[in-house]
Amino acid sequence: MSNLEDLYREVILDHYRSPRNRGELTSPPAIRVEGFNPLCGDEVVVYLDVRDGVLVDIKLTGHGCSISQSSSSLMSAAVKGKTIEEVRETIATFKQLMTVPRSSPDEKSEVTPVDLRALGELAALQGVVKFPVRIKCAMLAWNTLGQGLDELA
Amino acid sequence: MAAGHTVTSFDPCRVRADTPLLTRVVHDRTITYLDSAASSLQPRAVIEAMSRYYELRHANVHRGVYQTANEATAVYEGAREAIARFINAPGGANEIVFTKNATESFNLLAKSWGTANLKPGDVVLVTEMEHHANIVPWFQLRDVAGIEVRFIPVTDDFRLDLSNIDELMKDVKLVSVTAMSNVLGTINPIKELAAIAHRCGALLAVDGAQLVAHEVTDVADLDVDFFIFSAHKMLGPTGIGVFWTREETLNAMPPFLGGGGMIADVRIDGYTPASGPARFEAGTPPIAEAAGLGAAVLYLESLGMANIAEHERGLTADALTRLAFEFEGRVRVIGPGDTVSRGGVISLDVEGVHAHDVAQVLDQFGVCVRPGHHCAKPLMRRFNLSATARASYGPYSLVRDTDVLLEALGHAVTMFG
Ligand SMILES: Cc1ncc(COP(=O)(O)O)c(C=O)c1O
Repeated sequence: MSNLEDLYREVILDHYRSPRNRGELTSPPAIRVEGFNPLCGDEVVVYLDVRDGVLVDIKLTGHGCSISQSSSSLMSAAVKGKTIEEVRETIATFKQLMTVPRSSPDEKSEVTPVDLRALGELAALQGVVKFPVRIKCAMLAWNTLGQGLDELA
Repeated sequence: MAAGHTVTSFDPCRVRADTPLLTRVVHDRTITYLDSAASSLQPRAVIEAMSRYYELRHANVHRGVYQTANEATAVYEGAREAIARFINAPGGANEIVFTKNATESFNLLAKSWGTANLKPGDVVLVTEMEHHANIVPWFQLRDVAGIEVRFIPVTDDFRLDLSNIDELMKDVKLVSVTAMSNVLGTINPIKELAAIAHRCGALLAVDGAQLVAHEVTDVADLDVDFFIFSAHKMLGPTGIGVFWTREETLNAMPPFLGGGGMIADVRIDGYTPASGPARFEAGTPPIAEAAGLGAAVLYLESLGMANIAEHERGLTADALTRLAFEFEGRVRVIGPGDTVSRGGVISLDVEGVHAHDVAQVLDQFGVCVRPGHHCAKPLMRRFNLSATARASYGPYSLVRDTDVLLEALGHAVTMFG
């Protein structure tokens, strides 16, 4: 069962059972973006309160599997209080973490290895990459957040 | 031989031995296949029939003069006869149209029969438990032809609610209903629905995709007007489906797809369509798939559909009882709790665990179940669910499969505690 334990780390189960930053913000002024995974019916709504280039507050609602729900909870904890630039960097780093490595180890990987320490608790999601169908679950909230930032611009 | 009623030699262990995929080992465990409602596994006889066609008889069908082309045509047309016998089509093979799958058969029904016979204000009555294949083509027709699509509701105990049927039948020209729900396992009262439809001057179309591999099917006895299914859910290959209607109805339907094979004549000022099933089979048909489907029918007949039905009912009864007792209410079955008018499809809602996580944990035990909405979103909405994990049986299933399912479910429940 080691593969499973790799996927469902304790941190993930914890965020699934008690999700952080759950709730809504009044919109407007907050930005409200919906994300949807038509294949499995997972849904996420992200609320962003951005002031002077800083993500002062973030709230999430929605439903879905443990991977999509814990990923959105972990994301909210990771990006809250950061500047928009830092948030974008975190999104990029997380996307990298979710990129399937080249199958042949000899081949030069185009993906630069991710600094797991910089990711903090988010690193718990690295096991997802071994379950390709679940990557889109983990990415749902992040893509939705990215969309929200694009609306800002 | 009539549709398998007379045969006695049914042994699920033999069926298992006939099915190569069941020897697969995944994650260090022999596979436990519980996803026959999505697609069933092929016995060696089906795979070999397809190989034999490619190795010895490959040629395009119809119009060929040489030996192998004649053999290919015989294989293809032989499958049509086998299907006619299998569902007891009163007019025989002339009433069997081969399509790509059940979904294409529904599109043929809506786009050909529907366009020719329905006018603005006419109603097509479906049910809340339909697969999207029996919903979306009607919405598409609504958008171009102004028909209304109406739904028979589903009761809290997972049956069709016919209490208000007289009112629902107003202006209905076609009732289109699944014989067995691919989510709930519920088997619907098709004979009764046929009587209701006919009394109101409407026709009855039946989605047989789930029923056909699990119960004896007799379209004449059921008195239905259209019957639709896919080969891959009845031990056959993917890529071929069936559309049945009575010969006179079929010959009055306008062509669907156009091209070679479906014409009687083509001139520079137009074309004349062929008659019979050919009218609806444009282009080179799925010949190898028909060979496989023909073999699947022979195989099912040799097992006996009544025997399969009884075997799967036993498995379902056992599973429902154990599910009700082993998880202290944490695992809820979304479907009838007994085996009266119910097939071997068991949808599970595990408290506090999303269906995808259930299926993921089960996969580590080599257990194949399907998580999701099962292409029945109106039904999921009806029961306030976003997804279920669905286990389903086939003729090769054994109580041992249920044992592994329950063991793995127990693990999922503990893990997400
Ligand atoms: C009840 C029912 N109808 C229709 C279909 C569609 O079958 P296919 O995907 O082969 O067209 C399915 C299969 O998922 C089904 O279960």
